[in-house]
Amino acid sequence: MTELLSVRGLRVDFVTDGGVAQVLDGINVDVAAGEVVGLVGESGCGKTTLARAILGVLPAGAARVRGGEVRFKGDDLLRQDPAVVNARVRGRAITFIPQDPSTSFSPVFPVKTQIMDLMKWKSPRAADGGPGWPLRRYPRERYRADREAVLETLRAVQIPEPARALRRLPHEFSGGQRQRLMIAMALLPQPALIIADEPTTSLDVTIQAQILRLLRELVKARGVSVLFTTHDLGTAHEICDRVVVMYAGQEMEAAPAEAFFARPAHPYTRRLLASVLGPGGELRDIPGDVPSLVGPPPGCRFHPRCDEATAECRRDRPARRTLAPGHDVRCYHPVEGPIGS
Amino acid sequence: MSAAWFVLRRLARDRSALLGLILIGALVLAALLAPVLATHPDDVFELHPAERLQAPSRDHWLGTDRMGADVYSRLLFGARITILIGVIAVGASLLVGVPVGLVAGHFHGWFSDLLMRVSDIFLAVPQVVLAIAIAQTLGPSLPNVILALSATYWPWFARVVYAETRVLQKEIFVESTVALGASPWRLTALHVLPNIASSIIVRASIGMGFTILTAAALGFLGLGPPPPTPEWGRTIAESREFLPDAWWYATAPGLAIFLTVMGFNLLGDGLRDVLDPRLRRSHTARDD
Repeated sequence: MTELLSVRGLRVDFVTDGGVAQVLDGINVDVAAGEVVGLVGESGCGKTTLARAILGVLPAGAARVRGGEVRFKGDDLLRQDPAVVNARVRGRAITFIPQDPSTSFSPVFPVKTQIMDLMKWKSPRAADGGPGWPLRRYPRERYRADREAVLETLRAVQIPEPARALRRLPHEFSGGQRQRLMIAMALLPQPALIIADEPTTSLDVTIQAQILRLLRELVKARGVSVLFTTHDLGTAHEICDRVVVMYAGQEMEAAPAEAFFARPAHPYTRRLLASVLGPGGELRDIPGDVPSLVGPPPGCRFHPRCDEATAECRRDRPARRTLAPGHDVRCYHPVEGPIGS
Repeated sequence: MSAAWFVLRRLARDRSALLGLILIGALVLAALLAPVLATHPDDVFELHPAERLQAPSRDHWLGTDRMGADVYSRLLFGARITILIGVIAVGASLLVGVPVGLVAGHFHGWFSDLLMRVSDIFLAVPQVVLAIAIAQTLGPSLPNVILALSATYWPWFARVVYAETRVLQKEIFVESTVALGASPWRLTALHVLPNIASSIIVRASIGMGFTILTAAALGFLGLGPPPPTPEWGRTIAESREFLPDAWWYATAPGLAIFLTVMGFNLLGDGLRDVLDPRLRRSHTARDD
């Protein structure tokens, strides 16, 4: 399968008051064309940092990219001219759905102003990519075409009466509708990849399911790839073709969704799946705490909490081991068989 | 329908804001139409020693002062000075304070810290004391009063704008605008300023009242424009030696100051509610 996005050995440090936190430690993630990949992990494991590193919008000053590459359609985004990335890739070939739709719109402008401002620079019909001189004209022909595309996309994300909805202010929409608008805005530049950073976390469970189904339908119909970060395994199960598990800045296991839920191989993955409240109603957590990223444990970062840990786990980070096609695990002692065995 | 008309209509629905609006409207009318409304328009600069300190009567509605001038007429002309001081001082404070706050809020670094520490120094000294010191040093005159008030009021704007700008920096729509390559100028003018405009307007309205009060205090202390300018604070100072017999002499300008300051404060509070974007509704939703 041809990879659209290929993150290789990405390391990102954050300079904090307490020292240098190694937030991403040699992460590998692949996203193939048309594939929905779930990036699963607990809070603070580096999901958002990875999403931002791919987009090239890590917080200036605090974050340092220490190594690795982010290959998108063959080009390493980290080593390209930022102006070119901005003009061609960010907001055009790769778009973003944020976590919280309520702070993603400016409260003082109607939705139309904000969507059309995006289209002015990032429409597939626009010649160049970034906001320029504020007074530059929006060519009338292109405005009409873009407006049609906006209305059509709003209909696709099931916003009722799109023409009237455009004239409303953001706070007149419900949370679910605002997230639909965000999805529309992510689709409008006709990207090859959408990075969705926990887009349903702030929504009701019932709305979550609706939005997830809608998002999956839309991207599958358009052949858009999605990198979907979430801490919720149910969400990942609902939407993803493939799942990558992260723990404390390292990727632990990558597997097709079916294999991931049926035959997880990494002890952490098994623990994580076991900690989901099952029909039995028994709640099991993982003993121990997520390690500090300032001076993390050497070797595999999960070893202090792992039942299978041996001396080599404490010494060296396990290499990538392929169990089945598309099913990779980074563990010296992968477990076989279905969960609960 | 314009936004200004919409704001006015909303203000009129709030009783205290409406009162503020009426008070300020009356002040502006008095200042504009002073020559028409005054019963003795020439009295502002002329002496009539024979008629000094007369109680309110049909001829002199609010009595006369120690020079025999009509208190009511001088009050109307005083409104002009009051508005002049308020508008110019607040305007100048806006012109200095807003850019300082925007720059300090947008950029992180020693220059931002320097700007905010300078404004902290101004805020550490009570405004009246600092204004007295400046006005005293420069000498009593109208421009100097305005200068003293502007020099001491701008840090309030800088603080408000700084705080709001900092909050906005963390909003996703600001972050994404930066990520998409917008220049600081574009971000500030098209995205940050519209979001903080309501705070600035509210602060400016309340600042008008505050500045007018301080201006009256300076006038009272003899640091305002020199006589025979009909400045309200100075008029109260002049009246002291004739109290309590000539009660009308101090009461009229005192009430005028009180009502003006209250008017601006009520208006500011009302604007705070009306300008909250979450209370705003789009025109279509209302018209249909």
